[in-house]
Amino acid sequence: MATTTTLAKADETVEYAARLEHVSKSFAGPGGQQLVLDDISIDVAPGEFVTLLGASGCGKSTLLNLVAGLDQPSTGAITTDGRPALMFQEHALFPWLTAGKNIELALKLRGVPKPERRDKAEELLELVRLKGAYGKRVHELSGGMRQRVALARALGQESNLMLMDEPFAALDAITRDVLHDEITRIWTETGISVLFVTHNVREAVRLAQRVILLSSRPGRIAREWTVDIPQPRRIEDAPVAELAREITEELRGEIRRHGQH
Amino acid sequence: MASTDTTPAQDAGSVEAGLDALETQATGRPTLRQTLVNKILPPVIALAVVLAVWALLYPVVDDPSKLPSPAAVGSTFKEAWLQGDLLGYIWTSVSRGLLGFFFALLIGTPLGLIVARVKFIRAAIGPILSGLQSLPSVAWVPPAVIWLGLNNSMMYAVILLGAVPSIANGLVSGVDQVPPLFLRAGRTMGATGIKGIWHITLPAALPGYVAGLKQGWAFSWRSLMAAEIIAQFPDLGVGLGQLLENGRTNSDMAMVFEAILLILFVGIAIDLLIFSPLERWVLRSRGLLVKS
Repeated sequence: MATTTTLAKADETVEYAARLEHVSKSFAGPGGQQLVLDDISIDVAPGEFVTLLGASGCGKSTLLNLVAGLDQPSTGAITTDGRPALMFQEHALFPWLTAGKNIELALKLRGVPKPERRDKAEELLELVRLKGAYGKRVHELSGGMRQRVALARALGQESNLMLMDEPFAALDAITRDVLHDEITRIWTETGISVLFVTHNVREAVRLAQRVILLSSRPGRIAREWTVDIPQPRRIEDAPVAELAREITEELRGEIRRHGQH
Repeated sequence: MASTDTTPAQDAGSVEAGLDALETQATGRPTLRQTLVNKILPPVIALAVVLAVWALLYPVVDDPSKLPSPAAVGSTFKEAWLQGDLLGYIWTSVSRGLLGFFFALLIGTPLGLIVARVKFIRAAIGPILSGLQSLPSVAWVPPAVIWLGLNNSMMYAVILLGAVPSIANGLVSGVDQVPPLFLRAGRTMGATGIKGIWHITLPAALPGYVAGLKQGWAFSWRSLMAAEIIAQFPDLGVGLGQLLENGRTNSDMAMVFEAILLILFVGIAIDLLIFSPLERWVLRSRGLLVKS
């Protein structure tokens, strides 16, 4: 099968933000080729919020790397509408630049002319409610603030697709809650599509329109849920907790299988 | 039940503002008094102790040809100053040292970048480059004199051989220590190839590079002093190394002490005036400097 990672052409009408068709990925391991992702097909519609959920070893991060174009699939094809922006678990802000200059670098690399960058960066900081943080150094910001600057920087890429690799996993629970509210608000305001990877079931249900459960070793699509609980949701809302319980049961079942042989 | 009517978004915003305020620490600069007590006083006391020990030792040794009195060394300084020679000695050496260091910078930087980035070059000359660091640069003085003669270019050659490996190695280790996450983040933003080197790799490698520059200066200065002490020639002018050697040939121990103190002083002064502030600035702006 042909291996392609292509960007959709600008003139054709795109009915998806990302399309994964029968994507598989294997790495050379100690016992020969190790299959990490097996036949993954996902369509992310424009403006859709999809979470990928899975236990360790389901290849979530590998999958995001493929969609981000940082790696190539072994077989299958990935098409995205433009180059996706990527947010990591660590903020990945550059410590030699201020918060504002970090965002401006993303703008500069996208080709935004110099006179517009400053205003645009301030605007993005305001969007993540960090007005006045322009001149702050990375180490002067708290963990939650750093992730918000990272979000602003990713948004500065003006991509139609935002990939998020467990961006809130390293934050404390209160900060995470608040950032869930923020990401929902910004997603609603900007209308971008989000592919969000996490191992936190409640987080997945709290945020997404669609939750895709991956099995582990190799990563396969196990099941999919549509979440039609209206936003804004709270992580402790009864419908969220209820669906989360159902998904957790399924996830536990997936994990249990690995202990049986 | 609720005493205020807020939308969920406003609510999140105000909680967030509270969290931000709670988790941001106000940091202030130390006061003048703190700087005085913590930074300036200790070395001054140490210096006073050294002088006191010296003054006490002088009558015990009782041989000015071996240990001159602090006063004798002081008057040597005064004499050199009054004759207008003191600054000349210093300038001869410092100008050589800084110019040589500047050349070393011009050669060491691209060399380090190539060694760090090109696998073949790294395998070929990487080990030699780190090996050269452990070779005392005084070993280069005899061959440099034979190749280039007794002139300034021989001095510069010795400085280069001492400082270039340090500068190049500093940059190599700086590049090696760039977190892969930064490179990945850069690539997703479109910083690949030359753009990646310019916007991500080089600034990320700056702390290692500056450490290399600092060490490079120390090596430059040491190499130069070795060269000046060994290579004596009237046309070369009197730098600090020659001053020391002159003191030795004239059995003028006060002059030898004067030269040693000046060499030490200049080495420390250049480091304190140029390299330490540069290093502190780089580290502080990245939050890498632990407050003492």
